[in-house]
Amino acid sequence: MSADTAVGPTAAAAADPAAVPGARRRRQGEVVLEVSNISLRFGGVKALTDISFDVREHEVRAIIGPNGAGKSSMLNCINGVYTPQEGRITFRGRTFDHMNSREVAEMGVARTFQNLALFKGMSVLDNIMSGRNLKMRTNILQQAFRNPWWSGAEREESEHREVVERIIDFLEIQAYRKTPVGRLPYGLQKRVDLGRALAMEPQVLLLDEPMAGMNVEEKQDMSRFILDVNDEYGTTIVLIEHDMGVVMDISDRVVVLDYGRKIGDGTPDEVRANPDVISAYLGTSH
Amino acid sequence: MQTTFPRLMLEHAAKRPTAPALREKVYGIWQTTTWAQLAVLVRDLACGLAQAGVRRADHVVVVGENRPRLYASMLAVQSLGAVPVPLYQDAAAAEYLFPARNAEVRMAIVEDQEQVDKMLEVRAGHPPLARIWYDNPRGLRNYAEPGLESLDALVEAGRAHGAAHPGFFDGQVQAARPDDVAAMFFTSGTTGNPKGVVHTHRTLLDRAGAGARFDKLTEREEVLAYLPPAWIGQNIFSYAQWLACGYVVNCPESASTVMIDLKEIGPTYYFAPPRVFEGLLTSVTIRMEDAGRIKRWLFGRAMEVARRVGPQIMDGKAVGLADRIAYGLGNLLVYGPLRNTLGLSRVRVAYTAGEAIGPDLFTFYRSIGVNLKQLYGSTETAVFVCLQPDHEVRADTVGVPIEGVEIRLADSGEILVRSAGLLKEYYKNPEATAEVKDAEGWYHTGDAGFIDAGGHLKIIDRAKDVGRLLGGPNDGAMFAPKYVENKLKFFPFIKEAVAFGDRREKVCAFVNIDFEAVGNWAERRNLPYAGYVDLAGKPEVLELVRECVEKVNADLAADAKLAGSQVSRFLVLHKELDADDGELTRTRKVRRGYIGDKYQALLDAMYGGRTEQYIETAVRFEDGRTGKVSATLKIVDAKVLPALRQAA
Repeated sequence: MSADTAVGPTAAAAADPAAVPGARRRRQGEVVLEVSNISLRFGGVKALTDISFDVREHEVRAIIGPNGAGKSSMLNCINGVYTPQEGRITFRGRTFDHMNSREVAEMGVARTFQNLALFKGMSVLDNIMSGRNLKMRTNILQQAFRNPWWSGAEREESEHREVVERIIDFLEIQAYRKTPVGRLPYGLQKRVDLGRALAMEPQVLLLDEPMAGMNVEEKQDMSRFILDVNDEYGTTIVLIEHDMGVVMDISDRVVVLDYGRKIGDGTPDEVRANPDVISAYLGTSH
Repeated sequence: MQTTFPRLMLEHAAKRPTAPALREKVYGIWQTTTWAQLAVLVRDLACGLAQAGVRRADHVVVVGENRPRLYASMLAVQSLGAVPVPLYQDAAAAEYLFPARNAEVRMAIVEDQEQVDKMLEVRAGHPPLARIWYDNPRGLRNYAEPGLESLDALVEAGRAHGAAHPGFFDGQVQAARPDDVAAMFFTSGTTGNPKGVVHTHRTLLDRAGAGARFDKLTEREEVLAYLPPAWIGQNIFSYAQWLACGYVVNCPESASTVMIDLKEIGPTYYFAPPRVFEGLLTSVTIRMEDAGRIKRWLFGRAMEVARRVGPQIMDGKAVGLADRIAYGLGNLLVYGPLRNTLGLSRVRVAYTAGEAIGPDLFTFYRSIGVNLKQLYGSTETAVFVCLQPDHEVRADTVGVPIEGVEIRLADSGEILVRSAGLLKEYYKNPEATAEVKDAEGWYHTGDAGFIDAGGHLKIIDRAKDVGRLLGGPNDGAMFAPKYVENKLKFFPFIKEAVAFGDRREKVCAFVNIDFEAVGNWAERRNLPYAGYVDLAGKPEVLELVRECVEKVNADLAADAKLAGSQVSRFLVLHKELDADDGELTRTRKVRRGYIGDKYQALLDAMYGGRTEQYIETAVRFEDGRTGKVSATLKIVDAKVLPALRQAA
């Protein structure tokens, strides 16, 4: 087997059968998010070393790399969960040396989690509704009393419910609206997680391994939903993924990390031809 | 009835403009379309279609789930004197090609992106398909195909056209005659190309009306439309009778939410094929097994009472006071809540048809107070031929001929039907039409059966499959393979059965065990097994199947006409019959002839009196690889009883 075929799209080559006619229009815009010279250390462990890349509006940007390459750390820096020791992040013209997770969320960046952080005992509807939290204006007292004359909480809830219902329709999970999330299969929980992130009506969506642990069919579904989100809402998507086939199929540009360093950046074809990437994925003697 | 579908729709809109005509669950809420709104929508759509070039007698394909705007589209097409051709929404694009060419289709109205993609494929092989409209625009933003537009655009165009030509729509509707063609339904023949069954407004409305009068349907019925609209049953229940009676048709949110929507709507008039009722019962059984001990005990006791007296109470027969009290209590604690959970608490009339329904399954629903009945009919007869009257319901018959139907048995035992609801013709296929409809107007159903003492029709099998035994003690007796197979399949342990006996001296059968049911049974008995082949060969399992076969024999012996069809020998096959191996059709019907040829060695061994036989079979796995399965199968004798009543 040549090195080239090993890195190329294999398992999920036909990840998006639905998008054949009228191929997806590339409509990337300005740079919305720029990461410059980020370094992150945990004590003596260097998780990220001098990473720089940018994300353009409306694109699907993938961050890939072998286990422990620093992909999730990178996402956590953008998201404000970790504070990098060096470097800056520029979001829509504002530059930060560290991000604050609430601020990030308010700026329109939403994320999903690798190990699902859903409320297992709550229904799908309530879980997605919780994504609307930042957009709610009424306070807890008004919500508790629900008096239509002075609180408006009920009217507000139905507005939010409408947004949530559109997401439920979009993700085709109508049948599970009232099902507790913990009872759903893994692939569907992932979809609910995506739904909750979408409920924030984000401009940038960070997806942490959206397809981990899924079977081929679930991966195809998820790929289609990601492309549909990108297409219908124009959401910019940054995703971390393990499955090379899927990544190469749905991304516009790919960043490759290995041992906390950036070893490649470019279109899927460029990355596939990059010798450093090939050796990182196939392994070389160190 | 001297009217047409669009005229009925306009009458409802004039008489009860604000009454609901259709409901659809969208974004979690049931949204209503009133008759007046529907009339406006249909008018706009019709004007738009006319402007797009739809002329009288044109065929317009309609594909999708049950959606209000697709229903309105069918009405709009009919308003112009054109013919809607509903096609199955789950068919592959290649399967649309024949109907599209056969009916010279130039336009199609479809539900969503999936259907648009298929229609574009059809267009590649049938270029005259110039215009395609879609209901749901999702995912279609970047399609730049010529002639592809949304229904919204069509409505807009139609509104403008209608404003410029007032009176056009009403003129078109008034110009239509009851004997104009109203719809065409393609039936999938088992061999060859599908045939387009042509029905007029008169044929469909005649049967819709007769069925409605039989069950006293009113405008207050609630119906859930969830089966494919291309199937005439759904079309009759949620289109023809909808317009004839003016009741409400509810469209579920999606295919996966049907059970939830059923519960929310609580239909009063309900139709489902046996497999749906079976699925419902299975879900109940599974949930009861997981329930606590007290609930299980209560359920068990209540069902015992229900089995004993429920069907009699349903049939209006006298039952002892103690039983009546026990049943009343059961109704309060178990049957009522159960009906509610199933979404059947408001059902006044429920029908099942299409295939034979197991007596246990049938009795279960009747015993908990659901008025489940059977009917007999087909696409060619506009469904309603025989229906079971309330209080005269039995598991093994399909009811009495209803108003306007004449039934006659041909010498071969084939059922002949004559009514005002028979098909006009098969489209562009006079030979096929002549084959099924004779000069006196009798339709040859192809089903074999007889009328029993109570005047009820009993279906045995397809006429061409009914054979005769040859030689032996039952020489010349009728052999109805499917009747026998169905009786076997009613046992949960038996998944498939194939009966042989035509021109042979006795009946023998191949049996497929149900891996899940028998596997569970074996586990409860601590019976270890390695896999399907091993389990199917266990002596305990053979014994289990033998009990089932002998019960069937006892049943058959009670029926003088069919006593000869008792199964005297059987074997349990080492592999599951599979459509991928050509043993079943795609709709899971056994291909008896093919199986007989493929397992000739086994058949010879059974009729040759041997007790076991080695067999090796090639199988095709789901990923396309092939392999071999081999086993030595035991052939088991089953007890055959003498006929209880001698044939006169």
